[in-house]
Amino acid sequence: MTIMAADPVLARRAEIQQIAEATDHRRRLLSSLALLACRGCLVITLIPLVALLAYVVIRGASAWNWAFFSHLPTPAGIPGGGIWNAIVGSLIIDGIAAAGAIPFGIAAGLFLAESNGRFAGTLRLATDVLAGVPSIVVAIFAYALLVAHGLHHFSAVAASFAIGILMLPVIMRASETAIRGVPSMLSEAGFALGASKATIARRVVLPAALPGLITGVLLAVARGAGETAPLLLTAVGSQYFSVSPTQPMAAIPLVIYGNGIQAYPDLVKIAWGSALFLVVVILVLGVGSRLLAARLRRVRRD
Amino acid sequence: MTSLATLPPRPGTGGRIRRLLAVPDGVYRGALGAVAALFIIVLVAFVTALVIQARPALAHFGLSFLTSTKWDPVHVHYGALVFLVGTLETTVIALVIAFPIGLGCALALAFGIPERLRVTLGPAVELLAAVPSVVYGLWGLLVVAPWVRTIIEPALAHITGGHGPFSGSQLGVGLLLAGVILSIMILPTMVAISRDVLMAVPDVEIEGAFALGATRWQVMRRVVVPSARAGILGATTLATGRAMGETIAVTMVIGNTDHFTHSLFGTTQTMASLIANEFTEATEPFHLAALIGVGLLLLVVATIVNLAARLLVRSVGRQRALGIGVL
Amino acid sequence: MTDPITIPATSEASPALAEPVPHGAVMSLRDVSVAFSGKVAVRDVSFDVPINQVTALIGPSGSGKTTLLRSLNRMHDMTPGAVVSGSVKLGTLDVYGPTMRPTLLRSRVGMVFQRPNPFPTMSIYDNAVSGLRFNGVRRKALLDEAAESALIAAALWDSVRDRLRAGAGTLSGGEQQRLCIARALAVEPEVLLMDEPTSSLDPSATKRIEELIGELKDRVTIVIVTHNMQQAARVSDSCVFLLMGEDRAGELIEAAPTSKMFNAPSDSRTEDYVKGRFG
Repeated sequence: MTIMAADPVLARRAEIQQIAEATDHRRRLLSSLALLACRGCLVITLIPLVALLAYVVIRGASAWNWAFFSHLPTPAGIPGGGIWNAIVGSLIIDGIAAAGAIPFGIAAGLFLAESNGRFAGTLRLATDVLAGVPSIVVAIFAYALLVAHGLHHFSAVAASFAIGILMLPVIMRASETAIRGVPSMLSEAGFALGASKATIARRVVLPAALPGLITGVLLAVARGAGETAPLLLTAVGSQYFSVSPTQPMAAIPLVIYGNGIQAYPDLVKIAWGSALFLVVVILVLGVGSRLLAARLRRVRRD
Repeated sequence: MTSLATLPPRPGTGGRIRRLLAVPDGVYRGALGAVAALFIIVLVAFVTALVIQARPALAHFGLSFLTSTKWDPVHVHYGALVFLVGTLETTVIALVIAFPIGLGCALALAFGIPERLRVTLGPAVELLAAVPSVVYGLWGLLVVAPWVRTIIEPALAHITGGHGPFSGSQLGVGLLLAGVILSIMILPTMVAISRDVLMAVPDVEIEGAFALGATRWQVMRRVVVPSARAGILGATTLATGRAMGETIAVTMVIGNTDHFTHSLFGTTQTMASLIANEFTEATEPFHLAALIGVGLLLLVVATIVNLAARLLVRSVGRQRALGIGVL
Repeated sequence: MTDPITIPATSEASPALAEPVPHGAVMSLRDVSVAFSGKVAVRDVSFDVPINQVTALIGPSGSGKTTLLRSLNRMHDMTPGAVVSGSVKLGTLDVYGPTMRPTLLRSRVGMVFQRPNPFPTMSIYDNAVSGLRFNGVRRKALLDEAAESALIAAALWDSVRDRLRAGAGTLSGGEQQRLCIARALAVEPEVLLMDEPTSSLDPSATKRIEELIGELKDRVTIVIVTHNMQQAARVSDSCVFLLMGEDRAGELIEAAPTSKMFNAPSDSRTEDYVKGRFG
């Protein structure tokens, strides 16, 4: 029983099928090639990551020894220099920055999580603006406030101020997200028991949001620890050991920057060693924050 | 009528302190609001301080600050055009490289690889974002620049005959290297956000296309990418903003000369690298004010781009925490 | 390598059918099972799909109707871990055979989904011809002709003929579903699979589509999944009743012409279902 071809539907059907058959091979070939190209892009994206980490590990590890971590820098050409002052300096600068940014950021995040009005909207906009400000511009601000005026000379607190400002949007957003993620059931139970908002925040919401808060804080610290531009204009680095926040201070990113552009091989070596150290610290903070957060969540679920 | 505040304290919990800490709601909200307000005040103070500091130079040079190409601390003449162009050039190069590769990579992550691979490779790409700028600069200067100088630039000059954008001495450092390093740095942003918006395209649309006889590429090209285009545009704009503000890595590889270059092999400066290089050495008063003026210009440009990006990304409903996409 | 549109004069009657199908089957299933990562969802289903008729797959939710439907146009290819066994034939072609290309299969066996899914970034016209373009058709005259014919068949032409360039989002839910039907029809498939096409629509839109189905069966063979018995009774010529067994896999209980299934079913479970005693 064959079909009569007078029916336009059937005529079209035959023509369409014929075209489909004729073009099928080409279409599928194109699809395979395109997918291959996309996968190629994925490989291309990962190559610099591998290359960079490989070089940092190889050249940095060769610089690591006891002297590297415990000694102070030596003048160019004299071996045995270390970054002890920079390690301490970074700890102090980032520590002060975090000490300021964390309470501020969590409080602001808490505010945002609990409000939805125009003021909150403006605040969110401000956070977005601040998150996009180039770090060198924040550095200028810290300079203007605390170096040109303030203390009238370079100092570590100026650096902490700048880095704190850079940490702030990260902490605020992470806090808001973490706090919003707490099931409203919990705070409603608190209300039903007659507790005040402050109490609920302190005893119910913040503890419940702790995993997210910790992740946000550690990521912000990781980001702050890697910043160089703010340090250039404020703490400017130092060859000496100092714990005085009102004086210039050494810091790891400055060591990398300052030594990396030098002609002396032993200084360059120190730059690589510091780079490896910085990358390891950031990795540990990042991975550690995830593990810690996962652990806290598991504990809470039980 | 009893309230919580007057119930006898539970043993061992410091009843009096607890009562003190049962802060009235009004005070609590007020305190938080004050903190939030402080934040906005700081931001406003920020911009104001910049404007005040920059004013001497801006007032003195007027519009020529933006249009003049001479930056001369010795003869006290400051024009920022070279650096504005430098920022734009490096950004454009970075985007030209990072946009197609980033989109292709995102497509691969979303549709081209099995689930278990995606779970490991996705975070791997985001790892790129965790590397600090100064480490990129170090690697770019000491490892990639020699490659560029000895292999890539000669090859490019050979293929193109060494004219126009491929002319001039081959130093390794310069516009090309800065653009390439920058592109690597903005790839994670491009990829992560694009991947998210691609995967957010509703399954029903994708199924509908397959059910009509489309190949995988046809589905991606005709259905998924068009559906996701607002988000992809947002990702690109965000990456642009990041590229414009990037300071240290660029400073270390761009060669740092205060003039235009007509060749990709040549050296120049961006607004950010200029500030990083000259700020602490600026003794002449106008110099500092001019640098801060450049900073203000950079702030304005970067902020416009970033706000545009936020609008685009939020309009797609993506709430991925930008800036927390590190690790 | 086209299979010319010849229909075998008779089909092999399978034991599950109440009586031999008179006009021949455009698709036939034998012992079809679908499993996802080892878990069987549908087990050993066999029936024929008679040409130019409406066959309804009915049964309570979870009985595997949609899973079975999707095995007809190889939609499970997209699901990792899905395995389809048994024989599915389109005419004499093995749908799951090594030489069958899914893209071509789907140009002959179209699908309409539960929720209208027009492509949001395309205009009404582009939606209607999207299937044709996917299959390599470029000739404008053919595209226009097929689009108009399909939109007329979907009872949408009069409403949209003046705004073909408008976005698909400007249509109501019922109109969007009819656009999806037109989109599927434009490719001139031999079979149209419909997966609960009216379940997200209001009663009047539902009614229009049910009328449409009656009009379409001269042009395409229709297999429709519906959880609404009354709809099955209204639109279908024959029904296939599926039920979930103790192993949570759907199996075919009875396949029969609609009038028999609803008035004098052979199996007591069928009777229970069509009388509304469960499901």
